Amino acid sequence: MTAISDHPTSTDASPGGISRRSFLKWSAVAGGGVALASGTRQLGLLPGAGLSASAAEEGEDLETLWSACVVNCGSCCPLRMQVADGRVVRVLPDDTGDDDLGSQQIRACVRGLNYRQRMYTPDRLKTPMKRVGKRGGGEWEEISWEQAYDEIAEAVQRIIDEYGNEAIYLNYGTGTIRGTIAKSWPPAITPIARLMNTVGGYLNHYADYSTAQIQGAVAYHYGGWIGANSLDDAKSAKLQVMFGNNPLETRMSGGGELWVSQRTREQSKVRTIVIDPRYSETALGVADEWVPLRPGTDAALVAGMAHVMVSEGLHDQEFLDSHCQGFDEDHMPEDIPAGNSYVAYLMGEGPDGVEKTPQWAASITGVPADTIVRLAREIATTKPTYINQGWGPQRHANGENQARAIFTLVAMTGNIGIRGGSTGEREGSYGLPMANPYASENPVETSIPVFAWTDAVEKGPEMTATNAGIQGAEKLEVPIKMIWNYAGNALTNQHGDINRTIELLEDDSKCEMIVVIDTRMTVSARYADILLPDAMNAEQLDLVAQGSAGNMGYAILGNQVVEPPYDCKTVYEMCSEIAKRLGTEEAFTEGRTQEEWVRHILDASREDIPDLPSFEELKEMGVWRDPNPPEVGYVPLQDFREDPEEHPLPTPSGKIEIFSTQLWEMAETWELPEGDRITALPEHLDTWEGPAEARERDDYPLQCIGHHYKQRTHSTYGNLPWLEEAHPQIVWMNPVDAEERGIANDDTVEVFNERGRIRLPARVTVRIAPGVVSVPQGAWFTPDEQGVDVGGSVNTLTSWRQSPIHKGNAQHTTLVQITRA
Amino acid sequence: MAVKLGFYFDQTLCTGCKACQIACKDKHDLPLGVNWRRVAEYGGGTWQITGDTFAPNIFANYMTMACNHCDDAVCADVCPTTAMHQREDGVVAVDDDLCVGCRYCEWACPYSAPQYNAETGRMSKCDLCTDFRGEGLDPACVAACPSRALDWGPIDELREKYGDVAAIAPLPDPSVTQPNLVITPHRSAEPVGAATGAINNPREV
Repeated sequence: MTAISDHPTSTDASPGGISRRSFLKWSAVAGGGVALASGTRQLGLLPGAGLSASAAEEGEDLETLWSACVVNCGSCCPLRMQVADGRVVRVLPDDTGDDDLGSQQIRACVRGLNYRQRMYTPDRLKTPMKRVGKRGGGEWEEISWEQAYDEIAEAVQRIIDEYGNEAIYLNYGTGTIRGTIAKSWPPAITPIARLMNTVGGYLNHYADYSTAQIQGAVAYHYGGWIGANSLDDAKSAKLQVMFGNNPLETRMSGGGELWVSQRTREQSKVRTIVIDPRYSETALGVADEWVPLRPGTDAALVAGMAHVMVSEGLHDQEFLDSHCQGFDEDHMPEDIPAGNSYVAYLMGEGPDGVEKTPQWAASITGVPADTIVRLAREIATTKPTYINQGWGPQRHANGENQARAIFTLVAMTGNIGIRGGSTGEREGSYGLPMANPYASENPVETSIPVFAWTDAVEKGPEMTATNAGIQGAEKLEVPIKMIWNYAGNALTNQHGDINRTIELLEDDSKCEMIVVIDTRMTVSARYADILLPDAMNAEQLDLVAQGSAGNMGYAILGNQVVEPPYDCKTVYEMCSEIAKRLGTEEAFTEGRTQEEWVRHILDASREDIPDLPSFEELKEMGVWRDPNPPEVGYVPLQDFREDPEEHPLPTPSGKIEIFSTQLWEMAETWELPEGDRITALPEHLDTWEGPAEARERDDYPLQCIGHHYKQRTHSTYGNLPWLEEAHPQIVWMNPVDAEERGIANDDTVEVFNERGRIRLPARVTVRIAPGVVSVPQGAWFTPDEQGVDVGGSVNTLTSWRQSPIHKGNAQHTTLVQITRA
Repeated sequence: MAVKLGFYFDQTLCTGCKACQIACKDKHDLPLGVNWRRVAEYGGGTWQITGDTFAPNIFANYMTMACNHCDDAVCADVCPTTAMHQREDGVVAVDDDLCVGCRYCEWACPYSAPQYNAETGRMSKCDLCTDFRGEGLDPACVAACPSRALDWGPIDELREKYGDVAAIAPLPDPSVTQPNLVITPHRSAEPVGAATGAINNPREV
């Protein structure tokens, strides 16, 4: 046994050369701010240059208008924007609502409050541009909107004529998702989809980069997406267990799940256990106990706990008998050989012959066996227990099984379909049933896994239903030849293996046309053939749907706070003009302006939500809350719980399939890469670049994950000075691993593997498990002359390789090495 | 002095998000390097590694810090031009017409509250959003905190409502400057002096 002393000490107290009294703890380490001050960058038109202060000092009348932050964090915050002389000079949080669950004030997080800097950043796109020379070479020609529209329309028509509509792809993008007209996700209801649907459609994708594996898991386990009880319902529980769920960091809104979690915990004092490789803000803020484990081992931890429950008879046999398939040998589908139930797997009576004892689980997960035994007893005997999972556990090469194992734990403890219980999915929430007459139908049915678009560019026609998860068709007929990339960064930065992705894109004989629509020169925008400067949501009128906020429903009318700057235009205008050139303008617009659409959608929504205010009322009030929130947001599967015969699930058996009949068949019929496995049970799987491999390898012995970071929402809000100052890009590593490598806190290090290399400061911290490092995802890929990514994007290190069932992005399954730079 | 104003900080709710810092910067339009509010991450502890398993015995918490408008405002005491002064309501402020940017106040303050603004050549600091308060509004940081971890008001009222704890690591001993600050400590907070932890994000404060 070794006890490692940890925390790094900060030494250089005054790098700015300002001597301070050193006997005071705070001032002894507070020199950084001064150092930065003496090195202040020139900011030009950026906030920080005195605009706001001068506006206020001159006593100028400030107009305050409502807008919102509409990015993809799961929350959505109204913002009050103060305007002077046609410029936003200050961004204020919501000041309506109260501090009660269901009518809470929706205070924006650190990012929304920095909206102004995102509007006026020098990297705003200003005019349409066309690539000159090699794709990605960084040379551009400014072109007119007329030329841009003409060339895009011609490309669309040519590619449809030569290859068919299936060759045109709408890439995943979540830069602006809470609006209704200016909306980049879900793809099927974006303006690009609406445009493409007027000319025969486009190649679909299914799932998303957030939830690909858990979507695959729910499909076979429950028959579809259900969600878990909302987080405010934790007040009905005696115990809350969160697997890799981190609402205090991933849904940071002060009216969203951060606040709901904190308030619920404050009111109910519900005992809370967080299971996570990181001591997340959720662990720090609301947990009584933190259980760190190796990434990708949640299914092993569950199996170890399940073994204890079965051995000691602590599981809910009655619920399992009546509601589940495949827990034990007495509840298996016909024609399945003996030894394939979950109990057989646990007790070493299955094909692998290995008993899943707490000691077995301990060696895989890193969690001591006595802790596993104690947790198993507590979780099994505390009723009700609210178990949920975030989306980190599933973003792995074995992600579908990870997610299904956690669902199985909930079934074993009989906590499904009750107040204070859960399905084991991520929290659900209440939402308003807003109408969307703007949506249209895609005539093309073929759909690829969201993460497989690079494969579809490279080798489309080789992809089939059973070797690549193609849906809606047996195979892909043509490769992707054109990509629309609207408000997204998955064309490069948010995809796996950026260097390989760039190499693919640089060959313009493969994908022949890339149109990027964005507000800023993002990493993906660098790879456009035609680049269109978009208006931000505060520069156009839109109806803004709510974010996840416990049991609260709300809607926002986002005003056009200021005119679009430079030569930027709205995506609605862009698509209308392209439709005009394709001869389908009427089908696209239906004769409506953007404001007429917003009014039309609001009126249509008022049919189902009679209390919803009129356009004029909502414009004035900004944010409207449903005055009658449900007591709890969401308790799914209550009817199934009460009567599983009357209310069966849409699975083949109508039951919860701990043993999935469909997966059993797929394990036989699907073609998988060497070493990959599909299993009918939620078994722990050792995979490529998994924790077992990490401990065997000398070259890349560290598991690398990429947590969601306060600086950014994915990559949105990246590359902005105030947020980079507040939350610099860093790599988290445990002092044990740092000491072995001679690394101290704040040392510059290189993190690398065969796919790429990044350089950034180390955060040597006790807040992460030994053997694990975390590079917060979303930093902007910035290669230097040697190809080292000094922006520190985790996807310089991740791979294209997919999970076996839903072909999802396994970006937390990555091995690396770290050295001092 | 009639009523003395101060801040309250509920450390149990702080996630280190720095919405307070950015709200302050946006309100006052502060350049890089000038942060009237800053947030330190404080923590420590050890890991126990036994064979294939590990167990943490660690802690971490956050400390947000602006100006505490101290009773014994050492920044004002050392100011050679009387630019740094304490107003009737106890708010410590800089008189721009008198400040010569010598940075004595910055050197003296144990909380790094006065900050040198290279663009103006003068000191700058938190004035508890005097203009906002004049309009009946909360200071920007208080209004912005997503967790509702901040409050402000007459210090007597804050102490009556929240207690009188202020001696929390990594802050200096309150006896040095008599800060008008009240803290509800995080469960892992350490008292001043008995500290075993360290500031983990020194470059950010």
